[in-house]
Amino acid sequence: MLFSAGGVVAAMLIPVHLFLFVVAFPLGWLDGPSYPSLLALLRYPFARLYLFVLCSLPLFHWAHRFRYTLYDGLQIKHLNELINTFCYGGAILGTVLAAYLLWSIP
Amino acid sequence: MPSSTEYSPRTFRKRVSTYWWLHRWPYLRFILRELSSVFVAWFVVIALLQIKALKNGPTAYTEFQEWLRSPTLIAVNVAALLFVVFHATTWFNLTPKAMPLRVRGKRIPSLLIVAPSYFVWLAISAAVAWILLRG
Repeated sequence: MLFSAGGVVAAMLIPVHLFLFVVAFPLGWLDGPSYPSLLALLRYPFARLYLFVLCSLPLFHWAHRFRYTLYDGLQIKHLNELINTFCYGGAILGTVLAAYLLWSIP
Repeated sequence: MPSSTEYSPRTFRKRVSTYWWLHRWPYLRFILRELSSVFVAWFVVIALLQIKALKNGPTAYTEFQEWLRSPTLIAVNVAALLFVVFHATTWFNLTPKAMPLRVRGKRIPSLLIVAPSYFVWLAISAAVAWILLRG
């Protein structure tokens, strides 16, 4: 379930975010929001919730998918425990980090 | 190896090469599709770094933006963008296969199921872009 939710969030939201923040704004194609206005946007609780969902769900999507890609792609099922810890552990770690960061913005 | 029993004869299972996915283009395309998830995770890494920079003040944020401008990062991120769009399109196109819908016994054509996803995608992207570009 988390896998498909993550997939939908990733499919719908990540392209536009990625395009704007790491291509259009750095390359100067479009003017990005200034630092103060970004911080102001982050003050809304909804914005923080949105970002939390944006960060957390796709991580679980990645974890599940990458785990099976490693199994099937590299045929390393015997490294089961290591892969599981890495993938799902990584997703949980990222989620906790996101929660901490978003909670502690002044 | 499993031994024969009365109802499941021991079958011959060839050892699969680690590089099976290089043998045919459809296999490679499948692996690339699954690998797009790595770039999805990469986006989350960038987003978290960005939030951290925002938290740490204007200088930290400017440094972060400068880092994003470096050629290696632009290259990685253009690739990321392509893979993430690839994820989105392949994901939408899988929906009719994952959820075959029927109305009165007749299957709804795939296009009718896929098209709304694209519309929603466009609408959401426009909304996000509008919020961020307003400044």
